[in-house]
Amino acid sequence: MSADNLPAWADSLASILVLSGALLTLIGSIGLLRLPNLFARIHAPTLGNTLGLGCVLLASILVASIHAERLVFQEVLITLFVVATSPVTTILLVRAGMYRRRTDTSKKASDPD
Amino acid sequence: MTAMLPWATSCAQIAIALAMILAAIRLLRGPSAEDRVLALDALYVNSMIMVLTLGIEFGSRFFFDIALLIALFGFVGSAAMAKFLLRGEVIEP
Repeated sequence: MSADNLPAWADSLASILVLSGALLTLIGSIGLLRLPNLFARIHAPTLGNTLGLGCVLLASILVASIHAERLVFQEVLITLFVVATSPVTTILLVRAGMYRRRTDTSKKASDPD
Repeated sequence: MTAMLPWATSCAQIAIALAMILAAIRLLRGPSAEDRVLALDALYVNSMIMVLTLGIEFGSRFFFDIALLIALFGFVGSAAMAKFLLRGEVIEP
């Protein structure tokens, strides 16, 4: 296992970052399962999208930089990509949900049986 | 010196697997189609975090490329399905 030759501060810092990222992702998924409707549910996984992924990526940058003995910045690519694309998916989904609910109620209002 | 990182990555993988199971339950049970697309998007992000955790555990650089590909295709799939739910077709003439 290549994780044995880390210094102690990097070991504990990466452990805390990985554990907090995983717990934030778990909290986001619990919210996805438990919240009552779509417009409340769409807020829950963004916790894992932003802060959970950020913590895990910081830990990955730390461990990879210490292994390679230089700064490794490739994980910033994933951060930039997710930060740019996650709001697009959320906006499209909310618009689809509002549109479909509106057409459902208008169909029900115009067609009373 | 006892290394804490393998233990932490194992616990993190258990938590992320639990999160993936919860997202899969919402994917199977979601009342509307938007709920299912949202759960699939959350499942993509959870699997990307799982792959990054595996990369930290094994100290390999190949897992980063897998995570980047999962992010890319996850966005394309979720955006295509949301566009289909919104307009009825993905690529409009």
